[in-house]
Formats: sequence, structure tokens, C-alpha cells
Amino acid sequence: MVREQTVVSPEHLFFVAPREEVFITGSEAVAEAIKRANVDMAIAYPITPQSESMHLVGDLYAQGYLKDYYRAENEFAVMAAIHGASLGGGRVFTATSGPGTLRAMEMFPVWAGARQPIVCAFMCRGVSLPPSIQPENIEMAMLLDTGMMMFHAENAQDFYDMILKAYIIAEKPDVHLPVGVFVDGFFVTHTRDKVMLPAGDLKLPPYNPQHAPVPAFDMETPPMRIVRDPLLIKSNFISYAANASWHQEVMAAAQRARKHIVRYMGGLLEVENPHAKVFIAASGTAVSQSREALRELRQEGIDAGLIKIKSIRPFPEEEIVASTVNAHLIVVPEFNAGGWLAREIKAALNHNSRVVAGPRVFGGMTMPKELIVNTVKNALKARAGVS
Amino acid sequence: MNKSLFKISPGFEDIMPAEYRELVEHGPYEKGFGVSDLGTFKELIEEHPLCAGCGLALSLRMILASLPKPEDTIIVGSTGCSSIAFPQVALHNIHSLFGNQNALASGLKRALKLRFPDKIKDVVVIAGDGATADIGLDMVMQSWFRRENITTIMLDNEAYANTGGQESGMSPQGTILNMAPTGKKFPKISLPEIAREAGCAYAAAVSPAHPKRLEKAVRRAILLAREIGPTYIQVFSPCPTNYKFKPHETIARIKQREKDGTFSIKEYISPEAQEWLAQIEEVKK
Repeated sequence: MVREQTVVSPEHLFFVAPREEVFITGSEAVAEAIKRANVDMAIAYPITPQSESMHLVGDLYAQGYLKDYYRAENEFAVMAAIHGASLGGGRVFTATSGPGTLRAMEMFPVWAGARQPIVCAFMCRGVSLPPSIQPENIEMAMLLDTGMMMFHAENAQDFYDMILKAYIIAEKPDVHLPVGVFVDGFFVTHTRDKVMLPAGDLKLPPYNPQHAPVPAFDMETPPMRIVRDPLLIKSNFISYAANASWHQEVMAAAQRARKHIVRYMGGLLEVENPHAKVFIAASGTAVSQSREALRELRQEGIDAGLIKIKSIRPFPEEEIVASTVNAHLIVVPEFNAGGWLAREIKAALNHNSRVVAGPRVFGGMTMPKELIVNTVKNALKARAGVS
Repeated sequence: MNKSLFKISPGFEDIMPAEYRELVEHGPYEKGFGVSDLGTFKELIEEHPLCAGCGLALSLRMILASLPKPEDTIIVGSTGCSSIAFPQVALHNIHSLFGNQNALASGLKRALKLRFPDKIKDVVVIAGDGATADIGLDMVMQSWFRRENITTIMLDNEAYANTGGQESGMSPQGTILNMAPTGKKFPKISLPEIAREAGCAYAAAVSPAHPKRLEKAVRRAILLAREIGPTYIQVFSPCPTNYKFKPHETIARIKQREKDGTFSIKEYISPEAQEWLAQIEEVKK
């Protein structure tokens, strides 16, 4: 059974088609995106911590929105099978979280190195001992240099929009890279939120593997002996240079995605109150908590701005530099123990003593807005004391 | 692939490498060649980089010559000696990681079924014994449990040969190898029997000492994988480098193992596969 839907242009689906408000969970928002994404096949694994998203994608398969779907044996196998389906020319989807991400870790650089436009949702969760099934996004730190593009959604609306837009950006012939769409698990996946959706009978145009910069493995193009002497067994400069240039091209492809991210997602970051001298810079649900903190700071007479970082890879270094040029304090609240976002921001900025790497919560903690407010106020106090 | 796609654009004949021209003019696509035609056509593998006397290289040549439809065959390999030869094979072939070959092949075959519903696309996994019976066994068996329409061929050289000769699950008990300094403590894994029980329509053990038997097994396995379900072939491919015998003794080594009863040809065919084979082999007569 194939579900009848109307193919519309990405621009129509994203910007023109009338939308109606629904009240759904983040997991349901994933399914709403996949329903309209014209995905060929999805592969699922019930990793713990689990969300409903891949059950709901299974229901879409039963209803005829996808052509194939199965429950695989483990996360490494899921990511390998997804890779195989993508190499065969299919548009594919899967989702994972926390320990599942780490179990599959070896596959992510392979996706990028093979230049496959795979879209995977990550419902970030704790990964360590002592065990935690709570939201935490430390797994994002471990994926920063896999070659994948990484978008971080703040809420269910972002999650829905970013998954659909990820396909279109990933499949651009000058990009053709995998995209991970990340969300802080549980907070977004298991709670309901208002989401604006276009009609369910619309879908994106299909993926055309003939537009790919690397041919599909389908024996529909003449085979060639890819290399006369495999690079792997050579120890000479030419083989090192060939390997290195391939990696450089993967990184360059992510840079070429910037213009598409600007076009479809309105930029790699969003700035509120751009003339402020004090900023809170955050990604994911920390952005929502930061909005609450900003409101309180304003009531107390502290004029602060907000930088919401949507694209983690490519990372908006220049945009962050430009938007903080007059700032003397940048506070970076995070849902992980490592503080990877603060490290990224510090690495991008001159005078990075302006950056306060925190507050950080993990192990299942929520982030009360007071924590952010106090961090800002304490930092302002400390700086006033110094000067 | 339609063979007319595989040609050299006019004016470029003189700059194409000789081996590529030979492949276009005398390759096996759409010819239906078999092992007895070896030597009369341009083979899919060119000057492999493996050791002198490598049993695996010999098996690979025979397997590639036995493919029923090379023009529509996609090979999935894995890390190991064979992965060094594959870049020189003139078929679309994929080397992803160590051990994930059957998971990858599952996704690939399903995507090709969706994209080419009216066309045959054979997906054949060819990997070593370490990849198949050790690191990838989980995914090999799960692909059989799921009844994926793929053929799995193990090149069994009874060791991790590419990394310097370590014990594998397929090494015979008692063998002294790296990581088995006092001899392997447990017997060779019975993968053909495991394959039979795990849902394979066809499971066989063959060797390059009997090329026609090897060819028959490869053809049956690939044809049955299209129609009935997963199939498995284990090809005994002794390793002169790590088992320390002379390169010209590879075939003699296989025959010695047959004589002392530590290697034998096997073939298990499910009743459903048997019925289907009887039909097509009857039609052929």
C-alpha cells in the first residue's frame, strides 16, 4: 500500500503551505516530519533510553508513508544498514539516543566519508555510569568531529522543521553529507508543545541519487577499478595526500552548506537584542531556559541579549564573533558536564575571558532560570570588582 | 546495468589504460561465463596485491568468474585480506567497516529492491572468517534470521591473516597462532550447520581445489538468494604466509585436509530451495 500524497517543492512545504496548530510531543513531531519527508526506508532499534519516535515511524510504514521499515539487531547494525540503504540510493531515516549513539559511533565518520545524505535524529540522553536515562547532551561533544553536520533543536517545532530541512540541505549536490538533528531528550521528546504543521498530504520531492557527487552502488554506472593500488597498503606521500584531501573535501562540503542553512533555516544562529553588552549563548532547551532568565534579568534592570545557536556543525564562528563584538560578558548554560559549547565559543572568540562556561547541569538535573540569572549577576559583580 | 553503458567515449580509446579497454572489449558482462572459461576473457579482478599462493585470491577469482549476473552484482566486503583486493575488482563493491557487512548488505538489498522492483540486483557479501564468524557473527546471523535476500560467502583462511596471523574462530583446535600461544583451545566453528539452523535456504562448504563444485555452489546460492532467502557458502582458502607452507602447495594442502578428514565439501538445501532448484535445473535440461 502506498499512501497518496502530493509532491510539493521544499520552499512551498517550508514557507508557503498554510499551517495549523497542534499540541504534540517531540516524538510525534519527528513522525510528522517523516510523514512529509518522502523517506524510502527507516530502520529502528529499541535502545534504552527510548522515545516513541521510531514506533511512530513504524506506524507510518504500516500506513503506507514509507516503503520499508524493520527493527534491527543493535545500533551499530542500524547505522550500517542505513548506510547500505543510502549507498543503494535510498532516502533513509533512523533515530537514537545516548548509549545507542556511542554503540554506533564507528559508523558516523563512515557516513560522512562516504558522503551519504543520511538524516538521523538524536534524542540526547546520559551515557555514563552511574546509569542515567535523563536528558543530557554530552554525546554531541563526541560527535563534533565525525564530519556530520549537526543541528540542535530547541523545541518540538524546531525538531519538526529541522528534520525536514536537513534532508534538503544534506542532499544538495555541493553538500551531500549526513545531518544529525539533535534534541535534549525527554524534555522535548516526552512533553507536549504547540507545533504549527502544514497539511499531512504534502511531501518533499524524492531523493535523486543521480544528482549525488558520488555514484550510488547499484551497478547502473560503469564500474571502475577505484584504485589501482589501494591507498590502505601504501606508505607514500601521494596516498597520504589523497586521503587527506578527501577529509578536507568533507569539511569543505559542510562549509558550502552554510548558504543553504541560511536560506532554509534563517541562519546558523539567531540573535535577540543584538546591541546588548551581556549575552547568554546557548543551544537546545538551554535556549528556552535562557529566555526565562532574560525576562527576569530585564525586570531587574539588566539588559542582556540571547544568541541561539542552531547549527553546531558547521559552527557559526564568524557570526558569533560579529554578534559579540561589543559584549563584555557571554554566559553559556549547558545540559552536560563537559561544557562543549563553551569550548567551541571560546575557541571562536578573541578575548575569551569574556566567556563564562556555565552554568552546567547533568545527571538528570533541570536548569532553573535562577541558576542562569545568578551566574550572570555573579559574573557582572566579579567584573565590577576587578575594574 | 545495460552493457551499452559500459563503453569508452569516441576519441578517448588511446588514453584509457589497456586493462580498462580489455575489460570493455573482453569483460564478462552479459556473457554468462563460468570457471571453465577462465583464460578466455578479461577477469573482473586485475593483478591482485595478495601474497604468492594466496588461497583467498584463487577463491576470489573463481567466485567472480562464477557470478550468474556480474553486470548487476554489487559486492559487500569487510576488513581483511580480501578488502585489499576489492578495490581492483571491476564491480561496484563496498568496504565499510570490520564486521558490519551483513547489516550493510541488508539495507543495500532492500533499497535496491525499492529502486529496481523489476530488475535483478544480486547483493553478495564476500568477507573473511574473522569478519564473518567472529566480529560480525551477530549481524551475519541476524541477517539470516530476518531472511534477507543476500548471499554470504566466507573466504576461510582459518586466521586473521592481514593483521599478522592471529587465531580466529575458524582456526582448527590446537593450532599455534598469534594470540593462541599455547594452541587454540576450542574447535573450528561449524558455520554451515549454524547457517542451516539460522534460516539459510542453502549452505555449503567448498574449496578452489574443485572449481566446478565451487561454481555450482556460487550459482545456486545467488539464484536461491534472489527467490527463496539467505544463502551461505564457506570457501576453504588456506594461507601460505601464516600457516607457513610453500605458495605452490595451496591446493595440495586442501587435498591433504580432505584426506585426513578435517575439511569436507558440504551442501545443505532447504526443502523449499530443493523444490525450486529442481524446477529450474529441469528447465535447463
